[in-house]
Amino acid sequence: MKKAKAASIAAIAILLCPVALHAQTPPAKAPAFATGQDDGQWTTPARNFASTRYSELAEINADNVKNLQVAFTFSTGVNRGQEASPLVVGGTMYVLSPYPNILYALDLTKPGAPLKWSYKPKPEAASQGVACCDVVNRGPTFGQGRVFFTTLDDHAVAVDAETGKEAWKVKLGDINLGETMTAAPLVVKDKVIVGISGGEFGVRGWLQALDAATGRSVWKAYSTGPDSDVKIGPNFKPFYDSDKGKDLGVSTWPPDAWKQGGGTTWGFTSYDPDLNLIYYGTGNPGPWNSMQRPGDNKWTAGIFARDADTGEARWFYQTTPHDLFDWDGINESVLVDVEWKGQTRKALVHPDRNGLVYLIDRTSGEVLSASFYHPVNTHHGVDLKTGRLMDDSSKAPVLDKVVRDICPTAPGAKDWSPSSFSHKTGLLYIPHNNLCMDWENSQVSYIAGTPYIGAEARMFPAPGDGHMGELSAWDIVNGKEAWTVNEQFPVWGGTLATAGDLVFYGNMQGWFKAVDARSGALLWQFKADSGIIGQPTTYKGPDGKQYVAILAGVGGWAGAIVAGDLDPRDGTAAMGFVNAMRELKNATTKGGTLYVFRLP
Amino acid sequence: MRTLAIALVLLSLAACQREERALRGDPMADESREKIALTSLSPGDSGPIEVRTGRGEEYTGNAYHQSEGKKLFKQMNCNGCHANGGGGMGVPLMDDTWIYGGRIENVVQTIREGRPNGMPSFRGKLPDEQIWQLAAYVLSMSRAVPQDVAPSRDDDMHPRPAESRQPAVTGVQGGTVPPSGEAPQ
Repeated sequence: MKKAKAASIAAIAILLCPVALHAQTPPAKAPAFATGQDDGQWTTPARNFASTRYSELAEINADNVKNLQVAFTFSTGVNRGQEASPLVVGGTMYVLSPYPNILYALDLTKPGAPLKWSYKPKPEAASQGVACCDVVNRGPTFGQGRVFFTTLDDHAVAVDAETGKEAWKVKLGDINLGETMTAAPLVVKDKVIVGISGGEFGVRGWLQALDAATGRSVWKAYSTGPDSDVKIGPNFKPFYDSDKGKDLGVSTWPPDAWKQGGGTTWGFTSYDPDLNLIYYGTGNPGPWNSMQRPGDNKWTAGIFARDADTGEARWFYQTTPHDLFDWDGINESVLVDVEWKGQTRKALVHPDRNGLVYLIDRTSGEVLSASFYHPVNTHHGVDLKTGRLMDDSSKAPVLDKVVRDICPTAPGAKDWSPSSFSHKTGLLYIPHNNLCMDWENSQVSYIAGTPYIGAEARMFPAPGDGHMGELSAWDIVNGKEAWTVNEQFPVWGGTLATAGDLVFYGNMQGWFKAVDARSGALLWQFKADSGIIGQPTTYKGPDGKQYVAILAGVGGWAGAIVAGDLDPRDGTAAMGFVNAMRELKNATTKGGTLYVFRLP
Repeated sequence: MRTLAIALVLLSLAACQREERALRGDPMADESREKIALTSLSPGDSGPIEVRTGRGEEYTGNAYHQSEGKKLFKQMNCNGCHANGGGGMGVPLMDDTWIYGGRIENVVQTIREGRPNGMPSFRGKLPDEQIWQLAAYVLSMSRAVPQDVAPSRDDDMHPRPAESRQPAVTGVQGGTVPPSGEAPQ
């Protein structure tokens, strides 16, 4: 009887389904704390706590963007990958270079934005040797009259925003353990949240909150190890059973392997001030060779929600349990509110390396949907009952044997390059890859300060016309692409959405583009001196006009072939990316230039 | 007739003697003391004054040492940074650019001392002999050693003919500007 009832309910549900699909689902909205009056500044890389990278400025719009022209330029003096975001606070712009991490302040109130001051943290040159993927930095952040950033040799720095004088500088890691710092901090209330890099060196990841006034550590939460280290306590309530249990950060590893287990934290952190929770991803488990670490490898390759004041974990969701292919979970989590099955849900949207865009309830960690945005043959998506990724064993790595045609690749469907979300269109603009690879596992020993990888890869374009990058506009609620722009090379930089119904992004040949936010139609483009992998920002200048800023300068993992002068004959160079990027040497050269645009 | 046969056998056995090697390496603390310069510039017309003991040839001309070097290249995780010669976090080793000199003595020095822009120092972490073996293998990647002793660079991921069949690469002294020279300090 019970069974029959269940069956009839199912039948009704099936009957109702098409109706539900036809009904107009309202698009995703930005949370209230990320909307409202735009002061025309850009004070943190992701623009606001919800990480929407959206500006209400609309002076530059679809009609007049074709007239956009260069207002001024500035050389960072460093010809390496420029992943940082130019910030604007009041009448000053802050630009951070890759190693040696020089912070420049430009005076926007004067013609040509001359240099106001520069601050040189003088990081140890040796740190370049343990930077996995070029010597990049993902930007400074502003708060409480100071500019905060991290240096490649593991320092967090606070600099007075007016004078450029160092307020404090603290050492948080050791390059002899392979630790580096490349991520942008986030200022939450009186704390600065910083993370660590080095997932290719067996670095044990952590996230740390520093006192913004002194740099003193307030809390530190590891990504592996016993619950006390991970800051898992009675308030930790993960949604799925596989994340419940004592000391999973130890028991899901072979003995002591968690000590070199990775789970580094080099992406962007989001914050919900209403829930007082921060959201961030943990990196790949170490080593890449999955056979040396049987188990789920908690708490790597997933998303943590933590209390911003104490750091205590609230929930965790593992996007890729027992990661096989270097699929860090560090990609951005953009906070949105959605109408889901008749209810308003506080959610986060997270395009992961494993090829799925996740829509997750940010109060509980429940996966609402997980939809493909990249060709995938390594798994069949998520079982929504258990929350678990359903692996396809046919593409599982084999020791000392090349497994061919694995999609997506080690950098994943999308690497660090951050998406933006338009409050007007309800679309998420995802810059991403279109790549597949061959992969071979091999035994590796842990030697502190040397790479702990144990795998070789060789990447190439996904089947099709050979394009390796895409900008996709993503319908969050319906879990499908609205439109896509193809690019020859991976879109390795971020995107910016504006109320002028524009999306800005750059490609690795050096074209900086504005496309129509509703159709993807190309409206304007400008050729910079080097490939673009940076984060575009926009602001209202002291003259009241809207400006758009971007750093050009190719590099990062994808651009290492140019930034590091790598040899294209070895396709396994740069952990397999060189095989796909040979043509980049003919398309661009090294650079390091800020470009700022405005209407005439 | 019989004598001739014996002589032939002995002669052919002698032909097998391709190389000689010491069965026991030097103690850990021992360090070869080659005197080399990092530049071709030196006041006066003599050029830099260098002393090379000839130890380099013992390694560049020896198949055993190079295959040991190849093994060590993986065991010490050199391949994590330099890949199979194409580079990554570290510089490429199979090309013709040698920032700190491209002779075996230079490479030995680079491995032992480390270099300021990221190359770690392996002094005291590897015996002298293994450093020389590694250096010889590094040179074999650009086929700068006799062809009959060079192990092939690992290129099994590639569906194409092995590179060890291609002609040797001539090193260009000095190469490009090191990263430190590009960055303002």
